[in-house]
Formats: sequence, structure tokens, C-alpha cells
Amino acid sequence: MRSSTARALGTFLLLSAAVYLLPAFVSDFRAQQFAYVGIYLTALIGLNVLTGYTGQISLGHGAFMAVGGYTAAILMADHGVKDIWTIPIAAALAGVAGFLFGIPALRLSGIYLALATFAIAVATPAVIKKFEGFTGGGSGINLFGIPELTASLTPVEIFGWELNFNNWLYYLSWTVALVGYVLAWLLLRGRTGRAFRAVRDSETAAVSSGVSLARYKTLAFGVSAAYAGAAGALFAIATTFVNPDTFPVALSIILLVGVAVGGLGSLVGLVAGAIFIQFLPLWAQNVSKSAGAPAVVYGAILILVMFVLPGGFAGLLARLGSLTTRGYHRPNDS
Amino acid sequence: MTEFFQQVVSGLASGGVYGSLALALVLIHRATGVINFAQGEMAAFSTYIVWTLTTNHGWSYWPAFAATLVVSFAGGVGIHQVVIRPVERGSQIRVVIVTIGLLLLINGSMTWIWSGEVRSVKSPFPTRTVDIGGVAISLQDIGTIAVSLGTVILLWLFFRFTKVGLAMRASAVNPAEARLVGVRVAWMLGLGWGLAAVLGAIAGMLTAPSVFLDPTMMQAILIYAFAAAVLGGIDSPIGAVVGGLLLGVGLNLIGAYVDFVGADLRLPAALLVILVVLLLKPAGIFGKQHVRKV
Repeated sequence: MRSSTARALGTFLLLSAAVYLLPAFVSDFRAQQFAYVGIYLTALIGLNVLTGYTGQISLGHGAFMAVGGYTAAILMADHGVKDIWTIPIAAALAGVAGFLFGIPALRLSGIYLALATFAIAVATPAVIKKFEGFTGGGSGINLFGIPELTASLTPVEIFGWELNFNNWLYYLSWTVALVGYVLAWLLLRGRTGRAFRAVRDSETAAVSSGVSLARYKTLAFGVSAAYAGAAGALFAIATTFVNPDTFPVALSIILLVGVAVGGLGSLVGLVAGAIFIQFLPLWAQNVSKSAGAPAVVYGAILILVMFVLPGGFAGLLARLGSLTTRGYHRPNDS
Repeated sequence: MTEFFQQVVSGLASGGVYGSLALALVLIHRATGVINFAQGEMAAFSTYIVWTLTTNHGWSYWPAFAATLVVSFAGGVGIHQVVIRPVERGSQIRVVIVTIGLLLLINGSMTWIWSGEVRSVKSPFPTRTVDIGGVAISLQDIGTIAVSLGTVILLWLFFRFTKVGLAMRASAVNPAEARLVGVRVAWMLGLGWGLAAVLGAIAGMLTAPSVFLDPTMMQAILIYAFAAAVLGGIDSPIGAVVGGLLLGVGLNLIGAYVDFVGADLRLPAALLVILVVLLLKPAGIFGKQHVRKV
């Protein structure tokens, strides 16, 4: 076994153990908050496949989450599909949407792509409102207490454990996140991952080495959007409600913040990124009660983190690693 | 037909505002290669300054306007020196995240200082309309168009005919060689941020009378400005202005005459148009395609 493989496996096992032990130490309310960390992690892994590994900035991943969220909500509310089965369907549908968006996006790069994806994110709430018959318009779709939602009214029993809604949510979202983590790792370690990184580092060089830009860019878009779709479905399940404001422009921006804080082109750093975007706003609210102050704190910390950790948390880990081993290391390894 | 012309003129007025803010984005993009997401909040902050001076301190409008431009300029240069310079050489995404942090910071401080209540800002122009060839045009619209176009022309003269303007253009095109011939590039980039802040302040002060002032006032307008800048070509100042005017008029006409679009889908429709323009001409109308090297 290669040492990088062993390290990745070790990291993953540590992460899984921490995930499964955590609910024993935290309150029910905290478990719900950590469920959102799992949901964000899923979305961040997807965004990192696109932005961190393939070098295509997206400011519109909230829109793909909206596709997933609405798919899940409509399937549950109108077609009686059980919540967990909506997740793969939402992922597939969002993946197709991402793949299709990836085709015109082939013509755009850099800042233009960022703005085009931003445009999608901005337009999404208005478009959802317009197609009222399908999406419930501005009032959205309420899922609270419907039988398709596991454990929403009575606790569910799994392997002899009785789980209330928050704990069920926690395990569900982290199971999806960890499965997504492994799949992403498998995808990125081989030929495909190498092609993605080649596209990121130099499109011209990648093409001259025989990497098909069209194929790998649309693939990255599709995979990335599928993760966002799964995260969106989980988001709908967790909030038991979707409306156009569930997926605002701010969500897309927050996801990019999470990836940058976690570390572009790293998987393990994203856990820190997901914790950052979930808990920093909550923590900022505790710092001061006056209106506006939490946003000031949040903004200032975000700027400071970018000053202090240029490579995000992954960069910090790599630096710590090179301090202990004093050996050769590759910064983009995860 | 009269209604059509009225729509065009009011479209030109809002287009002038979009164009000014788009020009601010283009200046910063040319100077530092980043999109400044905090541009809208910077503009709103400047508008709060003019509101405080006129409402709380009893200044008359134009002195307050001038004072606000000076403060905004200093603020823009300051932001560049303190927040942007340390990350300028890193990856682009890092600078983008820093401007997002700046957006939150400035937005929060506006709520903190002035509270989130909506304020009304008075207009420097009379609210009357004048009759031009049977078309009633508000003086507010004419004033807005005059101020924004006047600013653009002044800026063009500055870049074209002054030594500092030349130095700024040189720093944007080729920083390394500009430094060799003695241009202080860092200060030129800071100057670019200062000018962008001034343009934003003008856009904010022109917008405020027709909507109400609150900390999120410029967020929607920033999106239109992005659209205008992309439409014209993100590296082209003239493109930003033309893009802004096209967008302002186009949006007004689409909103007024296409029933399906109406008021709700105005923004998505505009974005769709821009997406199409980008697909046909990926560098915008006035942008240049760069030859890429390995």
C-alpha cells in the first residue's frame, strides 16, 4: 500500500470514528447543528471537485442545491417517495443539470464563468417563484410531519437504537457525507483526478497532452452538481420545508467561503471548512448583541483567516505535517 | 410612442448608475485582477455619509456630495492598502473571499452605526418633469444621466491626458515594466481603488433618492453592474458604460413590453441575455480575447 493511500485511509477512519462517537457527547440541539455540518461537507466536496481540483470557479452551487432540494420536496410531498430515496434521485437530477450547464460553460473561463454561475444563483429564487404550480411559489412546500419524512413525529429504530429526528438527521447526513468523501477520493486519486488537475494547472498544456477539456470539464460540473443535489435534498429534509429563500445567493457564496477556508484541492480540510461556515455565524452572534455586529465579526474573521491561512486549513495541516516529518510532501495531497 | 421614449429615458438614467458602478468594477479588475464583491456595500456606506451630513449636520447637498467623494476616495485607498495588498499576489480566489469578507464587514458596520431602518435621501434635482417634444421627462432622470456621463468623461480625460492617468494605465497593463520606469505601482493600484470608491459613491448617491437608503440598497444594483461589466467586457471601461446603458434601457423595455417577464423576471431575463452574449462573444462586446500561453 502506498503511504499516501495509508494516510488517506487513516484520516478517513479517524473521521468516521469521530462522527459516530460525537452524539454521545453533545446535546440533541448540537446534534442538529452538526447534521448541517455534514450537509455542508457534502456540498463542499462537490464544489471542491470543480473549483479546487478542476479550477473552475462556481458562485452558483446554491442553484444546484435548489434543484436537489426541490426534487426531494416534490417527490416526498406529491409522489409519496420515502425521504432517503429522494437523495439519490436528487443527486442524479442535479448532476444532469450540472452536466448540461457545463456544456455552455465550456466557452467561459475564469472571472466570466464565476459571473455566469453567479447569475444562475441570482436568478434561481425568481424562477422558482414564477413556476408556482410546480414549486408552490413563494410559500414553498411544507414537509413537516408528513409520513415520508423518517422520524419526524415518532422516533425511528435502527439496529436496535432508537433515534429521534435530530439524531436520525445527524447520522443520515454524515452517512451521505462520508460515502461522498470516499467516492470523491476514489475519483480523484486516479486517471480522472489527474486529468482534472491538469485542466486546472494549464488548459493549454492539458490539451496538448491529450486531455479532452470538454469531457473533463463537463464531467467535473456534473459530479460537482450531483453532490450539491444530494446536499440540497438533505437540506430540504433537515429544514422540513423549502421555499425560494431556502437557497439564496448567500448560500452559494458561503459554499465558496467554505472551500477556500477548508483548502482548495483538499478533502480533509473541507471538514474544517464545513464547521467554519456552520458555526462561525452562530458564534459571531454570541459575541455582541447589537445589530450588525455579528456580520462585522464574521467578515473580519474571514479576512483574517485568509491572511493567516493562505492554503486554508489543509495548508495548515500540510505545514504541520512537514514540521513533524521534515520530509518531502506534496501540498495538493489529501 | 411617447411611453416608449419615457421608458428609454428612465432606462438611460438607471443605466447610467449601472454603468458607473460597472466602471468601478472594471477599474479594480484592470488594476488588481479581481472582482470586488464589496463594491456595492462601499457605495452604500458612502451614501450613508451624505445622508448623515445633510440630515444630521445640516449641510447643504453639494458640499456634502463633495465631502463624501473625498472621504470615499480615502476609504478606497485605505481598503486597498490595509486589506487587499497583503493578499494581492496570492490566488485569485483568496482575494475574492477577502472582498466577500469586506462585504459582510461593511454591511454589518452600516447596520451597527446607522441601524437597519430605511432612510430617505433627498435628491439634488427638482422632482418636476419637463416636456421635450411631447415626452415628459423627469429632471431627476436628466440629472442622473448628466452626472454619470459627466463623471465618465472626466475620468476618460484623466486617464488620457494626465501623467498619473498614464502611470495607472501602465501599471494595469504591465506592472513589472511600469516599475522599471519608475512608476510606484502599489500606489497606482491604490489610486484605482480610490477612484472606484468615488464612482461607487456617485452611483449610490444617484440611486438613493429613487429608492430608500438601507444597508442592502446597492446589492441588487451591484448585480446589474456585474452584468453590465460582463456585457461590455470586464477589461473595457467604455464597454462598462455602454453595457450599463444597454442593460438599463433593455431591462426597462423588456419589463414594460414583454408580459411573461413583467417585473418579477426582469433580473433573470437580463442575466439570460448576458449569458447568451457571453456564449457568442466570451470576452464581452468590447473585450479582447487573450492568447493563452502554457
